Amino acid sequence: MSKIIATSAIKGAHTIVGKAEAKLKEAIDAKGPNETVEFPNTGYYLPVIYGITGIKIEKLSDMEQIIKMAKDLLPEVPSEHLWLPYLGNTLDAGIATLFAEEIIEALNYVIGPSPVYDIWLGAADDVIMRERGIEFVDGSAPGFAAVVGAAPDNETAVKLARQMQEKSLYVFLAGQSPEGKTMAEQLAEEGVQLGWDTRLVPFSKDIYGHIYSLGFATRAAMAFGGVTPGDYKRILLYNKNRIFAFVMAIDEVDEEKYATAAGAISYGFPAIAHTSIPQILPTGVCTYEHVVSNVSFDEIVQKSIEVRGLKIVITEIPIPVAYGPAFEGERIRKEDTYLEFGGQKTVAFEWLTMKEIKEVEDGKIEVIGKNIDDVEEHSRLPLGVVVSVAGRKMQEDFESILERQLHHFINGAEGVWHMGQRDIIWVRISKAAKEKGFKLEHFGEIIHAKILADYGSIVDKVQVTIYTDEAKVKELEEKARAAYRVRDDRVAGMTDESIDIYYSCTLCQSFAPNHVCVITPQRLGLCGAYNWLDGKAAYEINPTGANQPIVKGETLDSVKGQWKGINEFLYAKSNQNIGKMNAYSILEDPMTSCGCFECIVAILPLANGVMVVDREFADMTPCGMKFSTLAGTVGGGAQVSGFIGVGKQYLVSEKFISAEGGLKRLVWMPKALKEQIRSYLQKRAEAIGEPDFIDKIADETVATTEEEVLAFMEKAGHPALAMEPMI
Amino acid sequence: MADKAEKKKAVEKSIDPAVLEVLEKATAAGISTMFSRVDEMKPCPIGAAGECCKICSMGPCRITGKDKENKTGICGATLDTVAARNFARAVCAGASSHSDHGRDIALTLLAVAKGEAKDYQIKDEIKLHEVARLMNISTEGKTKEKIAEEVALKALNNFGKQDSEPLTYVSRAPKKRQELWKKLGLAPRGIDREVVETLHRTHAGTDQDAEHILDQVMRTALGSGWGGSMLATDLSDILFGTPHPLRAKANLGVLKKDEVNIILHGHEPTLSEMIVAASREQDMIDYAKSKGAKGINLAGICCTANEILMRQGVSVAGNVLHQELAIITGAVDAMVVDVQCVFQSLAKIAESYHTLLITTSAKAKIKGVTHVQFDEHRPMEIAKEIVKMAIDNFSNRKEVSIPSFSNDLIAGFSHEYIRYMLGGKYRASFRPLNDNIINGRILGAAAIVGCNNPRVVHDKAIIHIAKELIKNNVLVVVTGCSAHASGKAGLLAPETMEHAGEGLKEVCEAVGISPIIHVGSCVDNSRILTILSEVVEEGGLGDDISDLPAVGICPEWYCEKALEIAVYCVASGAYVLFGGVDSPVSGCEPLVKYMIDGWEAKVGGKLEFEPDAQKIVEKTLEHIQKKRKALKIDKAKERILYDMESRRELSV
Repeated sequence: MSKIIATSAIKGAHTIVGKAEAKLKEAIDAKGPNETVEFPNTGYYLPVIYGITGIKIEKLSDMEQIIKMAKDLLPEVPSEHLWLPYLGNTLDAGIATLFAEEIIEALNYVIGPSPVYDIWLGAADDVIMRERGIEFVDGSAPGFAAVVGAAPDNETAVKLARQMQEKSLYVFLAGQSPEGKTMAEQLAEEGVQLGWDTRLVPFSKDIYGHIYSLGFATRAAMAFGGVTPGDYKRILLYNKNRIFAFVMAIDEVDEEKYATAAGAISYGFPAIAHTSIPQILPTGVCTYEHVVSNVSFDEIVQKSIEVRGLKIVITEIPIPVAYGPAFEGERIRKEDTYLEFGGQKTVAFEWLTMKEIKEVEDGKIEVIGKNIDDVEEHSRLPLGVVVSVAGRKMQEDFESILERQLHHFINGAEGVWHMGQRDIIWVRISKAAKEKGFKLEHFGEIIHAKILADYGSIVDKVQVTIYTDEAKVKELEEKARAAYRVRDDRVAGMTDESIDIYYSCTLCQSFAPNHVCVITPQRLGLCGAYNWLDGKAAYEINPTGANQPIVKGETLDSVKGQWKGINEFLYAKSNQNIGKMNAYSILEDPMTSCGCFECIVAILPLANGVMVVDREFADMTPCGMKFSTLAGTVGGGAQVSGFIGVGKQYLVSEKFISAEGGLKRLVWMPKALKEQIRSYLQKRAEAIGEPDFIDKIADETVATTEEEVLAFMEKAGHPALAMEPMI
Repeated sequence: MADKAEKKKAVEKSIDPAVLEVLEKATAAGISTMFSRVDEMKPCPIGAAGECCKICSMGPCRITGKDKENKTGICGATLDTVAARNFARAVCAGASSHSDHGRDIALTLLAVAKGEAKDYQIKDEIKLHEVARLMNISTEGKTKEKIAEEVALKALNNFGKQDSEPLTYVSRAPKKRQELWKKLGLAPRGIDREVVETLHRTHAGTDQDAEHILDQVMRTALGSGWGGSMLATDLSDILFGTPHPLRAKANLGVLKKDEVNIILHGHEPTLSEMIVAASREQDMIDYAKSKGAKGINLAGICCTANEILMRQGVSVAGNVLHQELAIITGAVDAMVVDVQCVFQSLAKIAESYHTLLITTSAKAKIKGVTHVQFDEHRPMEIAKEIVKMAIDNFSNRKEVSIPSFSNDLIAGFSHEYIRYMLGGKYRASFRPLNDNIINGRILGAAAIVGCNNPRVVHDKAIIHIAKELIKNNVLVVVTGCSAHASGKAGLLAPETMEHAGEGLKEVCEAVGISPIIHVGSCVDNSRILTILSEVVEEGGLGDDISDLPAVGICPEWYCEKALEIAVYCVASGAYVLFGGVDSPVSGCEPLVKYMIDGWEAKVGGKLEFEPDAQKIVEKTLEHIQKKRKALKIDKAKERILYDMESRRELSV
């Protein structure tokens, strides 16, 4: 039975390796052996090959050794009788297939056909990998499905996609049916939004595009797991244990699909098939079964999750549209909008307050003013979303945290789009959602259900009132603004010195087992998503979870930010890897990174300062490395002197590398980042007595090398030049 | 009438149709074989029970009869002392056989490393590096010859070292087992030293406390299992290649009517490997053709067969009880023998046929038999000389009748390959084996090892036990003559999976193997120790070999080596069941019980003699269930589904 699979996979592997070899010859003939070959914007070369062999493919001739390796891995096809054991061979054939597929796809970038056309996206670059990485880390994306082929009809395709979206899975799409159809095209035909934002990612029409799925997984092991390229055993085991991916084959499985699935099995990714192909049920290479087949479309999503050993808890929300984080990325165009709120066009705000238990009537949802049925298509209304919560463990400090979640909560509904927070929200409800029966009270249903599901340990009761009556909205908005101000003042006064307890964040240990974030009031988590208050709230919500209070203990160094209690905690929680850490230093025992940092700060010795680059900036930086390459040296839980991963907000904290002199050391940053945080930067610049400091910071328009940065600094009179030498 | 009785008798001798066919021929020709002599010679009941003491000339004393518990020898030795001493000396002989084999391989490796044995090469450099790593020998910047030299010297040092540190390979055992050995003083110090000390302690008037003697017996056997035998296996892999699966056939049907047939019989690979190479040389093939043969056909008997089967795919003529029969076919032009289990009767039988019997070991001559002494410094020359002698003898053939029976088989499962076959190059590990034992697809594992003995129906118990165990989802590994029995019965072909229980069959289908796999010669039982240790290391099945749901079985034992293997397995924590003839200490009931209950309490393993094959099956299954229960894997567990929190707690 699985001899059939072995036979097909091995034959498929021979075919694909043959194609790669021929294509490489064609490419070398056309472009010469020294032609550069790369995937766009990645520090991991051809990531599967790099991860497994440690070999950096930079030019065409580098690929020849990989072709040879792949050919050496190719086994004989099992004989009909008296066959030799085939499992090991088949898995080797699978790896050979992956090498060949990655070569083919990379060559498509060199000699075509381009992998990027129509709906097809081709390779995912490192920006996407790191941005999405945080979702895989904190569980908002529990895993990914590598879907192969096409559904029997468009309706089934949409149903499958929606089911997976509701389970928050990423859906990677590649490979076609014997008729040349793909699920991605089926979804596109039905007007389903594709792309990273909706978690429906069309890689390529043919099966080779799933090399991008595995490239994503391989990079996760290197970027977050800190696995050394070439340490294939750990790369693959990391994936088996931590990346909850599976292959879903929804139509006929041909030899090339078998070969690719055999490669995925080495990663611990099982294959679940709709058709009645043979099964491989014994466990071991994957966590549970390896190939499960003959699964109906009604059951295939649930079955896949089970076979992969994945637990996904979803909150049932009583609304007439689909719901899940995957719908957060969905856009609603103006012409598809039925009803719109805010966006500078009408007054709109959200306000969450805590009340006494007896003051809140749980589950009460009221709409005051017009509802969706009372207005015409393309209408606008004012909006006030007022949420009252109560709970024995609720604290005022948590109001802003819960309120910030309203964006995610509301945005998760299919056909509803939400942006901003507080009094700058902008909300759209699509015609399709209206059609399905979506009403304004459903905002309340979502908020009620999600707060109780996600924050049930601090909130016991939730009451929601939706106002669309203009006078009432305006009146309440004033009250809300006063409340925002009180909150902001309270948080602004909070300093590291004023607090004895910091919070750890080990959310990322699902991915980066040796990394621990220490979150202080003045240094938020490096992903930018968790500040001190979040840590505190998370601890209240789940006292045994990833955010634990750490008593600072004795201060060992107040300038560098080192405390006895923190050191002890780090040592215990980093698997004895990190013995001490300075919270405010980039040079001496700096904080480690998982890999999902928003920015990297790197020393520029010549300029006597530091540069910062955010992950959106893809070009070369003055330290001689792009973000993607830099990230490779910073992530994985290692302390690297001179490099730290940080959240954007930390750049404008008083404690930003204060051990080395603080903000005055900042000599270069991308222009877009500068603009993004300009107002905060300006405030800090004034505070340090350098009101025109922003203009002294070089950016890519004036300097792309360290020498150019230095020249610019001299011209602009950058204060770092007068500071004591950094090293 | 008499004829019929004869025939019936023959049927009771073996389940192998080839054996029955040749025995019929032998009977007709009036040739005496082990199968016939066993009826003529009853075993000495006093010796068989371990009740005879002949270690000094005050005796021999017989501690026998109704009141034997109260009897002593002239020196005062009690029955348990006498039985234990006899047992100890048998184990010493067994350990010496395996370890001396290991020593010769180490000496050969040293000669190769020094460039003094040019015909051999270091065939498996990966294994060389792995062995160097296990021996804590740094390989950085060294040539393979240099590494090989250091490995060989370290190995040789294990034989003669005088300090009290354990042998190098003791560190391969699970940590817990090492600690237990240390605590009990069972960790072997020097391979030769333990043998010498046992012989010393069993001299008249020395160690006269049976349990104390048996402790030293364990240490001596461990010196072979984790010393001499394991070195023999590893160093042979370095010199001749680590086995990986290949196809061959087994039984007398592999002899060819129109080719020069050379049987390689005995235990060592050094000369036999060279004869295989010589027989494949064109000048030899041409020479055979010039003498009217179509080619040169090699076949093995006993563990020499296993050595060249595992590494070269040379087919097997049969197990230890086939040695006489092979000659009786009239088709064997030369039988080349080295050491162990090569019986003197061959000389007599060869006289009646054209077969040229050639002894080759400096350690083993047979009176009246042609001797061509092996020398590892010029092995190819000697091998060619022998092959040529066989070719020259081809034309002397008289009546030839080769039984038509033989079966296809797959052999070559080294522990390295087993790891590979479960995950490929990139995910090689024992994890899938452990997982499927834990989830119950595989109930447990059994090693069926060792000999044949004409006192019981040849191969019958081996095959019965193997078939019953796989039916009950027990994965079986085989070595030695039990492996040949399985091969002849067709059980080593992957199609055998059809006869396995449902869970085991699923695993076999996934991997593409028979549920009965051939892991090598009797010296290669050390591979089983390695496998068991690695399975423990892989995790999920306890932290010692004694925790594993595994049993060692020797269904048709006959020799001292079998006893020695049994003891090192027991001392390593395994339950060992012996079938066929009774315990060599059967006369001393307390000692029989001590080897079961006493040893189990002490080292977690036990040695039990059970003549009924079906009861062996039952006891095996019972033991496996007991161990599964202790591991809490006797009941199906609910599938663990991982949420983020449980993922954070993972290592790796």
